[in-house]
Amino acid sequence: SAYIFSCICLLYLSHQNDGCRTLPLSMHVGFDSLPDQLLKKSIKQGFCFNILCIGETGIGKSALMSSLFNTNFEDSPSTHFLPSVRLRAQSYEIQESNVLLKLTFVKTVGFGDQVNKADSYLPIVDYIDAQFEAYLEEELKVMRSLFSYHDTRIHVCLYFISPTGRSLKNIDLLTMRSLDSKVNIIPVIGKADSISKTELQEFKKKIMTELVTNGIQIYQFPTDDETVSEMNTITNGHLPFAVVGSMEKVKIGNKMVRARQYPWGIVKVENESHCDTVKLRRMLCTNMEDLREKTCAYYELYRRCRLEKLGCKDVGPENEPVSLQEVFEAKRLEFFLEMERKEEEIKQRFVQRVNEKAAMLEEAEQQATLENRLHREVLSHNTWRYLKDKYMWHLGTWFSGGVGSDGLTVVFHDLKGLSMSK
Amino acid sequence: SRQSGLGKSTMVNTLFKSKVSRKSSQPGQEERIPKTVQLQSITHVIEEKGVKMKLTVTDTPGFGDQINNENCWDPIIKYINEQYERYLREEILISRKRKIPDTRVHGCVYFVPPTGHWLRPLDLEFMRRLSKIVNVVPVIAKADTLTLEERAEFKQRIQEDLKTHAISVYPQEDFDQDPEDRALNDRIRVSARVLGRRGLIPAEGGAQVPWGALVENPAHCEFPLLRDLLIRSHLQDLKDITHNVHYESYRVRRLNESNRPGLSSLNGLPGKGEASSHL
Repeated sequence: SAYIFSCICLLYLSHQNDGCRTLPLSMHVGFDSLPDQLLKKSIKQGFCFNILCIGETGIGKSALMSSLFNTNFEDSPSTHFLPSVRLRAQSYEIQESNVLLKLTFVKTVGFGDQVNKADSYLPIVDYIDAQFEAYLEEELKVMRSLFSYHDTRIHVCLYFISPTGRSLKNIDLLTMRSLDSKVNIIPVIGKADSISKTELQEFKKKIMTELVTNGIQIYQFPTDDETVSEMNTITNGHLPFAVVGSMEKVKIGNKMVRARQYPWGIVKVENESHCDTVKLRRMLCTNMEDLREKTCAYYELYRRCRLEKLGCKDVGPENEPVSLQEVFEAKRLEFFLEMERKEEEIKQRFVQRVNEKAAMLEEAEQQATLENRLHREVLSHNTWRYLKDKYMWHLGTWFSGGVGSDGLTVVFHDLKGLSMSK
Repeated sequence: SRQSGLGKSTMVNTLFKSKVSRKSSQPGQEERIPKTVQLQSITHVIEEKGVKMKLTVTDTPGFGDQINNENCWDPIIKYINEQYERYLREEILISRKRKIPDTRVHGCVYFVPPTGHWLRPLDLEFMRRLSKIVNVVPVIAKADTLTLEERAEFKQRIQEDLKTHAISVYPQEDFDQDPEDRALNDRIRVSARVLGRRGLIPAEGGAQVPWGALVENPAHCEFPLLRDLLIRSHLQDLKDITHNVHYESYRVRRLNESNRPGLSSLNGLPGKGEASSHL
């Protein structure tokens, strides 16, 4: 929480000074309490942070999340047999001192399991874009409530690299390249306790060189602010983080420590010489505000592309600024047309489904009628025989009756109750 | 904003402990009453313990000085709406700045002359229109000309007046978010409405009177309360309400206008019905 406080103050201190006269104050006024006021309000409102974890099934995404936030986020392990990659999002509210954090943890499910992985990155890109789209939609509304909007845009993406010890896989390069202009990527090596220390150094170097060669932009911790720049520069040299996560705690001495117990020893998650999990946690917490800032920048990029695609422009054909009215009319028209198109599409689909259903019902009805008729015919035939046995047809009326007790008379009553004997 | 001679410049200078605005009339000079209300804005950067603030003070000399003051609030409303308009235009640009320059008016201090009776029609009209688009903090000017009892009665009557006419001034009751806020804001509503100030800054030329009145003494005037309200505790709140409430209502009005050319909303007239249509 101390880290979060300092970040907000830092944000506030960088005010712009564009050429106005600086005025000296003769006494203490009191607006130096402004950061505190801002802080109080922010704490009351709570913070939200969204993390996306991309990695193969079983590489330790949930374990790392539990270790980072020291809370067991219960989740059932997923199977390897999913036909395509999906994303599962879970939200939690955690509190430290009086700071409330709404944490949303999104992870991929089924990543790297398919035989053909060419489209694996698509669901991820779609998810990230969908969050941007939702925010844009809220922002473009006429009656909007941005200050109470639950921001679901992804602030950081932890990309889990398999601990092969060799190099990045093609799918890693493909996925990271498609995401580096949309989200802050921090590469981490999952299950790092399966690589030896020397191998790890080589592996890290190899990964970083490959990322640079392939032109992939990963998140660099900011070094322009003096309070954190030294720590951040050192940490930037530790990328990618070799992490170990654990959902279980092991008794060491008389304390319960989050660790992984092997026959040959215990890997302590919180021990910095065993793994980089604590470094990652420290970096995430100290730089949350910067991550958020950069996410806003990515959002602006998305917004610009989206609006341009809708045909909006800031400047008219003769390079003069377009008036507000025209801009809004144009945007409204575009949006309206798109809505109309979508509505038409839905209507078409609906009509089609209705027709299909109607055809099915008609066929079923015909079938039923046919069966019914057959059934009726059979029934009527049987009835006829039954009637013939029981009743007699004479002179246009049915008579019921039977042989009398003397064996000679046959008495018949017609169905109206009149009798006739023969 | 208010009529000339009520001490606006002095108050601002005292509030910020420096010469933020120049006094518009020097003693001994003939002051011509301007034909229309002219707004004068001055911007300064002030710094305290590493916190820099860009402060813009807008003054309205000539307000209410005319014989016929109908629609004298129009230039002021127009100015406030112009700032909202400027922000809106920046916000809807496709390639927009990361930090949009904010010239919106965060607080409006309205000086009420110390008549001791009721609010005048001009005051009511003005505050009614203005409180819909900006945070208004009404203040009784030169309250050292009223005794303590007169002050208390005047305050009471002003509050009743405001309530009768449904004028909601800062801090607005609808935005009290929890009991803590409400307690604090109630205290402000009851007391800090009244302000008296008497410039005792030596640079002013030493306007002291024999019977002596001190600005900083809370028993004599509530200036410290006002300063605390505006700067020390509610500065951020003023900005937030301007951004989340007033600016948003301006935006809704503006976006709901369909084919009329831009200026009609700048008079503070309500827009055409608040249909919550998507853009």
